[in-house]
Amino acid sequence: MKEWRYLIAEQRSTLLAIGIFALMFFIYLVNHPAIEGNGFTATAVSNVSQTAANKAVLLAFVAMAQTLVVITAGIDLSVGMIFILTNCLASWLVVGTPLETAFGVVVVLGVGLLCGALNGLIVIVGRLQPIVATIATGSIYFGLALMLRPYPGGSVNEDLADALTGRLFGFIPSSLVALAVVVLVIWVPFSRSLLGRTAYASGSSEAAAYMSGVPIGKAKFLAYTLAGLLASIGGLFLTFFTYTGEAALASGNAYTLFSIAAVVLGGVSLFGGKGSAIGAIFGALAFRTIGDLLFVFDFDPLWQPLFQGVVLLVAVSLGAFALFRVRNRLEWFQ
Amino acid sequence: MEAESEGRTGLLFRMEGISKRYGGVRALENADLPVTAGRIHAILGENGAGKSTLIKVMAGVVAPDEGRMLMDGREVRFSSPADANAAGIACIFQELSLIPDLSVADNIAISDPPRRFGLIDRRAQRRIAEEALARAGASDIHPRTLVKDLPLSRRQMVEIAKALARNPRILILDEATSALTATDVTKVFSVLKRLRAEGLALLYISHRMHEIAELADECTVFRNGRKVATYQAGTRTDTEVIEMMIGREYSNVFPPKPARAATAETPPLELKKLGWTGRLRDISLTVGRGEVVGLGGLDGQGQRELLLALFGVLRGCTGEVLVDGKPVSISSPAAARKRGVGMALIPEDRKTEGLMLPMTVRENLSFAVLDRISRAGIIDHAEENRLIDEMVKLLAIKTAGVDIPVGALSGGNQQKVVIAKWLMRQPRIILLNDPTRGIDVGTKQELYQLLRRLADAGASILFYSTDYDELIGCCDRVLVLYDGRVVRTLEGDGITEHALIASALNIDGPTSKGEAA
Repeated sequence: MKEWRYLIAEQRSTLLAIGIFALMFFIYLVNHPAIEGNGFTATAVSNVSQTAANKAVLLAFVAMAQTLVVITAGIDLSVGMIFILTNCLASWLVVGTPLETAFGVVVVLGVGLLCGALNGLIVIVGRLQPIVATIATGSIYFGLALMLRPYPGGSVNEDLADALTGRLFGFIPSSLVALAVVVLVIWVPFSRSLLGRTAYASGSSEAAAYMSGVPIGKAKFLAYTLAGLLASIGGLFLTFFTYTGEAALASGNAYTLFSIAAVVLGGVSLFGGKGSAIGAIFGALAFRTIGDLLFVFDFDPLWQPLFQGVVLLVAVSLGAFALFRVRNRLEWFQ
Repeated sequence: MEAESEGRTGLLFRMEGISKRYGGVRALENADLPVTAGRIHAILGENGAGKSTLIKVMAGVVAPDEGRMLMDGREVRFSSPADANAAGIACIFQELSLIPDLSVADNIAISDPPRRFGLIDRRAQRRIAEEALARAGASDIHPRTLVKDLPLSRRQMVEIAKALARNPRILILDEATSALTATDVTKVFSVLKRLRAEGLALLYISHRMHEIAELADECTVFRNGRKVATYQAGTRTDTEVIEMMIGREYSNVFPPKPARAATAETPPLELKKLGWTGRLRDISLTVGRGEVVGLGGLDGQGQRELLLALFGVLRGCTGEVLVDGKPVSISSPAAARKRGVGMALIPEDRKTEGLMLPMTVRENLSFAVLDRISRAGIIDHAEENRLIDEMVKLLAIKTAGVDIPVGALSGGNQQKVVIAKWLMRQPRIILLNDPTRGIDVGTKQELYQLLRRLADAGASILFYSTDYDELIGCCDRVLVLYDGRVVRTLEGDGITEHALIASALNIDGPTSKGEAA
């Protein structure tokens, strides 16, 4: 087999996610009223992309968070609640002078990190099932969010918010740039570190990883902790977009569930050990685009959940097509 | 040679008075073991004799209850496999330690990948992997392949390369050759001999006597958790060694083969020009009533695929399968085991395809017959118990009860459960895929006798084995496969090691057309 074939095989699921996203986004673009009216001008595309990007990066951050945990064969049902908690916290702290704002950002990210670390400790040291542990901690995080913001309100440093939700050089959505920076600073080092590889290894076969003498506990702890951090970056951006904090239960739950959908759409295996955050990001972008397609087709918004579900099902099935080519039925179960 | 290696090397590691209990069971009792650099030390014993526990203690997987270990004369304690690795002990386990979703290179470098600025340097890692694979004599494996895409025998070679990449001082091989093909075994042996010459200490655990005869400098026999004896290789006969292992007299391993007369009876199983995606080509064969037909040849020449194709696992097969002379179409294992066909397959990997390890012996056994012992969907427990008792007795399965998880049984007993599960359906056609891999001598012997009893009772048996001795000892006929074709049929006295190897390599030898004895 040639080297490039290995490369394709290694990146297959990520490429598929990119493909699905590209297709959805293309359909979205050509049918968008702003573009149908003006044609494919740079300004129109840039306008549409900015709005789309701002909505989608939130889910992209939360999906990245979910990816880290899913790789270790765990699941984090508290990501949506960390996202909401840090949103509420940011609406108190990320205000005032640049110095005060910077302090607020650090505290918000620190709280996200702590939430993730707590999940990690409970799962690794307490040996609880991730699914139960994070339902419990998620509920705690939401409780804290409610105490911070019993009613929607608060504010945020609007200069910072506008800078991070606007456009760079007039046409690149800055939220996408921020997403790319987070990928470079968190995901790339993680995936190429010993602990990152250990996270994959323990997700793929924990017993084999243990026998290989790699630091499973540390790797999982890091995965959960970084997941908390990424969810809090999402929470921060939510505040930048909305200028307020709100302890919205429905929103937290939706983000948790959508993050799982995005991760699967992005080719990350729920059995662990397989997939990448890049795939999950495109999964998230594709998932958001699916939701927005309704808008451009002028459907009644009431149809959105139903429509979104159907498209999601079709998109996820694309990954299963390979099974039809399988000649050895035992491969179905791998 | 003897004096030379004594002078050049010394005692590297020593175990003193090591004991380990699991609950009430003594797995290891007051074990002493000296390990000398530049020597190959074979550890012998049946499954459950304490070998695995001994190795796990050395490898830092379990902590001993009593006793101490000395390395270079200093006491060492290992609280994890990582500690043992750091001390220079690398272990190749019978239960593979490879990560299926990572590439070969990732796996080889897993415990200490080369890093630049804290990040894994993939190029350096690739080089390390290529070197290690070459050192293990397996440079044909591409470092970027995912481990899960490799067949078992190749994975084992990766496992060996992985251990070598750590530059260990002591290398432990636990049944490391049981999944290997004859050619790989030869390669591994030359690697091991080279490592010995380089001054490594090797601990070698195997159930294959001729391997030990070829490799070992000294041997230690364990039985029931206790050390029986340590002796210089070559000073005891095979029979003496086996008697030390099983603690009783050892008679003929293989049951006698009954005389077979040519018969005009319709064979229960017949294949006509079976083919599958180029991996199986034009395979025609018959298995008569009461006949044990072996599949020989190098590993990976289509033997496994042939069994899977018969059992309805492969899609897109061409050709014809006849059962009792009538063409049948078997599209799934569920169809293969139906009454009209009555097929059973004892799979290669009992842990994933044969058993549900966390479930009890009872549950595993009754799965195969639930449809027969239930009335209106409700299981008849009295009938279930009766059948299970019968099987446990018939196969002499050693278990503390039928309600314990099957994963708690020793390897040999697990394999017996797999076989028992299928025998409960009273199959007429039994397919076996290398069923004695990693099983102790005593259990193997029982299995050989069982096979012959089943055949005598009228079953038709198709038996793939990577162990030539088994094919010679058990089979009435052996079909040798090469590149998905049957290249040779050996019969009766014509089934010899020489003929098997020659035809496996597809070397043209004198056509021995031995008549059925």
